[in-house]
Amino acid sequence: MSAFLNTYATIIIDLVKIALLLFIVLTVNAYLTWFERKVVAHMQTRWGPHRVGPHGLLQPLADGAKFLLKEDPTPAGVDKFTYFLAPLMALALALTSIAIIPFGPEPLHIFGHEVSLGITNLNIGILALFAITALSVYGVALAGWSSNSKYPLLGGLRSSAQMVSYELSLTMSVVGVLLMAGSFNLREIISAQAHRPELGIFGWNVWPQILGFFCFFVAAVAETNRVPFDLPEAESELVAGFHTEYASFKFAMFFIAEYTSMITVSCLCAIMFFGGWLSPFPASWTFTHYLPSVILIPFGLWVIWDGIRYETIFGRIVLPGVGTAITAIGAVLIAFPAVNEFIQGPFWLLAKIFTFLFVYVWMRGTLPRFRYDQLMSFGWKLLLPVSIANVVITAFVILMRGVR
Amino acid sequence: MTPNLAIFFVLAALTVLGAISLILQRHPIHSALSLIVVMVALAGLYLSMGAEFVAAVQIIVYGGAIMVLFVFVIMLLNAGVEERTNASKLAGIAGIPLAVALLGFMAVVIARSNESSQAGLQSGVLASTKEISMMLFREFVYPFELTSFLILVAILGAIVLAQREKS
Repeated sequence: MSAFLNTYATIIIDLVKIALLLFIVLTVNAYLTWFERKVVAHMQTRWGPHRVGPHGLLQPLADGAKFLLKEDPTPAGVDKFTYFLAPLMALALALTSIAIIPFGPEPLHIFGHEVSLGITNLNIGILALFAITALSVYGVALAGWSSNSKYPLLGGLRSSAQMVSYELSLTMSVVGVLLMAGSFNLREIISAQAHRPELGIFGWNVWPQILGFFCFFVAAVAETNRVPFDLPEAESELVAGFHTEYASFKFAMFFIAEYTSMITVSCLCAIMFFGGWLSPFPASWTFTHYLPSVILIPFGLWVIWDGIRYETIFGRIVLPGVGTAITAIGAVLIAFPAVNEFIQGPFWLLAKIFTFLFVYVWMRGTLPRFRYDQLMSFGWKLLLPVSIANVVITAFVILMRGVR
Repeated sequence: MTPNLAIFFVLAALTVLGAISLILQRHPIHSALSLIVVMVALAGLYLSMGAEFVAAVQIIVYGGAIMVLFVFVIMLLNAGVEERTNASKLAGIAGIPLAVALLGFMAVVIARSNESSQAGLQSGVLASTKEISMMLFREFVYPFELTSFLILVAILGAIVLAQREKS
């Protein structure tokens, strides 16, 4: 048995990593819906979900059960094969793109095997991601076409036109970053931002590439079909756009795909423009390594304080338990410096990803939707020229400085 | 059979099946889908030869941009199921001999080729983006610029045609 384990250790580790990442991403997706509903509700002075579980924390579970148990009718006259293929494609491609994201600098040592955080480390990392993004439009377009219905067809058409228009800007806007890093590899892009550790936050790509970041973020939001670019599913015009005719779990698959691509885009923004797992503080400030504990312990204590006053008995039991767990994690980080050092990279990356996810939700709560002609002229007449200008300027500056 | 060879045969089978399905499908969207399968399988073949950059570009440009345009146009025109005709007698008579001749010609060329002419297929030669850029912008800079010029002319032609429609 142990010989078998040793021979196939790398394959087993990879499979376990894939299963674990899938579990984490799907859970984060579920709670992202809760987070989005809560934040948007509070922006609109409502309470948001608060019936199922304390603070509505079990709402994602209830939603999941509902998705699984609802009737799943197939409308008459659909193109069967394409109709079933579309949600599968959307979900599979969205989940695949997560595999390329690296989540931490140092490999973990388990039973003498090195386990790097992140599933693969591709030389063409960012290109592979763009390849997956390029294919992911088919999920939406085919769903729209195969439903054999007006509104989905219009949604699918809008989606494919929008994707073609914004993909150019998306690709051009990262060329500046690639020129500065000299590599497609995401790990090397991050380490290129750490070439002067004393600079901290000012060494990140976002300062020299502020134009590129602007173009990338706008184009990426458009690629994920989110507000203010959610024309393919504009509910005031197209009922629900491309997924109008989908019910039950097939609808959930589109939903999960959308939220997963939000996570991917947030990861990419953090990695390419905001230094990935690099700390925003200069490397000599070692006391900032206690920041995770400084955030976790008060937050845990607050959850306990909030929990013991909660109105339902279930909440009065669960919330203090969760709070105690969070406080305990914070305390463990102080007690074991080795664990604390290891957690630094993933902590900063997750903090940045969370910030971008919040920005996504914030935009949904704030911005109105574009009109379709505005969307097209914005993409072609502003975003594309600016991103090309950014490439030219970056290349010129690098040539003048004689770096690389 | 080594894993690499197995992967090659799977991808090659996918490519050929996709191409056959592209011709046999009755509906334009299904044909377009088959063509996407062909493109992606080809990218996989490039990847198995170590040409990572070419593989990624193959998917981004052909699998992504160009095929999305195809699908977009098919959806926009709402093209229905195509009708089969047996109009082309020339294709029926000359097609099969020509196909056999082409296959034979290719088989002879491949059988005759020696080790040195296969050097370009060795993994790693075309792998790095740097090597490709060096080749494009040093050795083949004139053909490359000529091709860009050709594309520019085509874009201008498209704009002129679209403008004439309007006035």
